[in-house]
Amino acid sequence: MQYSAKVLEHFRNPRNMGQIEDPDGVGEVGNPICGDVMKLYIKIDDDKIADVKFETFGCAAAIATSSIVTEMVMGKPIDEALKISARAVAEALDGLPPIKMHCSNLGADALKAAIKDYRSKKAAARASQ
Amino acid sequence: MRRVYMDNNATTPIHPEVMEALKESLGLYGNASSHHSFGMKAREKVEEARASVARLIGAEPEEIVFNSGGTEGNNYVIKGLTCAGRTCAIRPSGNHIITSATEHPSVLNVAKCVESFGIEVTYLPVDKYGLIDPDDVEKAIKDSTCLISIMYANNETGTIEPIEEIAQIARKHDILFHTDAVQAVGKIPVDVNELGVDFLTLSGHKIYGPKGIGALYIRKGRKICPLIDGGHQEMSLRAGTENTLGIMGLGKAAEIAAREMPQEKKRLTALRDRLYEGLAERLEETRLNGHPTNRLPGTANIGFKYVEGESILLRLDMEGIAVSTGSACTSDSLEPSHVLLAMGVPPEEAHGAMRFSLGRENTDEDTDYVLEKLPPIIQDLRQMSPLYAKK
Repeated sequence: MQYSAKVLEHFRNPRNMGQIEDPDGVGEVGNPICGDVMKLYIKIDDDKIADVKFETFGCAAAIATSSIVTEMVMGKPIDEALKISARAVAEALDGLPPIKMHCSNLGADALKAAIKDYRSKKAAARASQ
Repeated sequence: MRRVYMDNNATTPIHPEVMEALKESLGLYGNASSHHSFGMKAREKVEEARASVARLIGAEPEEIVFNSGGTEGNNYVIKGLTCAGRTCAIRPSGNHIITSATEHPSVLNVAKCVESFGIEVTYLPVDKYGLIDPDDVEKAIKDSTCLISIMYANNETGTIEPIEEIAQIARKHDILFHTDAVQAVGKIPVDVNELGVDFLTLSGHKIYGPKGIGALYIRKGRKICPLIDGGHQEMSLRAGTENTLGIMGLGKAAEIAAREMPQEKKRLTALRDRLYEGLAERLEETRLNGHPTNRLPGTANIGFKYVEGESILLRLDMEGIAVSTGSACTSDSLEPSHVLLAMGVPPEEAHGAMRFSLGRENTDEDTDYVLEKLPPIIQDLRQMSPLYAKK
């Protein structure tokens, strides 16, 4: 597999790997049957992503994608983070082999799922007040 | 950094003696079919190699047809015997073939190909070890069955099939029997007459010979439509100027395999068992995919739960260790190994299966090195995995 140096670097030294104890939002996408599961935990402060961690079951591209997504969104306002596309993720990694492009989709999807989870939890909390 | 190659089922390094033989013969350029002394010299070497390959599998030299390898041999048999639509002296005797769900793609995809022009194919299931039940073979036979093709030993798991029993059943019903023995020849004793097979495929680069050369065993008296037509080479069974260098390499490799096999079989079995036991001791939720004992001497397909194969493979590669994996991420589809799935391994576990295939260059130190490097890699990847319950 021809991976860029950036992908290999993130694979060897993933950033922000782990769990958040009391997350504000969690997004899990993928399927163990397909060999790819990404889980993103986020902590929100003042509508910004104060902390983000990932857990991934998958190949080097999946791990690198998860790692770089956390770097790309750390500290960003939620609305800006939502704009991150699969293509931006792949570009940030200096490209992915064509057969691995679906990993960049998963990364973007996990982020959106985490934010959606946060927003629906917030709405539910407000509704019950 | 130590380099440990444990992917011998994928291919093997050329044996030093084979390399010598090849180097010495690089200047031998005559066409083996030419009738002058340049050609005759090449012819002599080709026939020497043929006798050597025949000896390795207990065949007669005239039953050995050289070709480009295992894939060609498998294509030849399945297409040659189901030769639908072509008119020649050899008519197919039926339009149904029986094979297994765990065959190599060069059998499975050819079977799918002939299905598309009207041949019926039965893909027999396997048990949790990957074994075919001979009774299932017998039950699948119909009047229109013209070929049974079952691989001798599986390339992913090393499981060895009951070829002798199946060949007996084929014979009882007067059906031709082929075995893809690419992974078995040279590693375990293979005798075409003890087994009772009609066709057998073997390949040079699996037994420390060069790539691009193999042979098809065709039992005397069996008629089959040649895959490649043209000149009269290989008894008019496989046209094309003989690959003299490749053939010589294969012949030498066959000679060496016969000589080194008994010892290597014992040594590799012990090495492989120590590797598996060592890993199972150090890592929980580790499984062996394949038959516990009825397996090729050097092969251990080991599954590590909660982690994915390509990431394991790359981390091992960074430590100088070469293996292969059944994960979908290393194939062109989203499906993991069809062999493991056929054995009932859950897909998420098939993604975490690694194949270690040891060979003549592997030593105890290699095993120690893998036992040192692999467990921390699995532990790292498990910590990273959402499927693993962290302590």
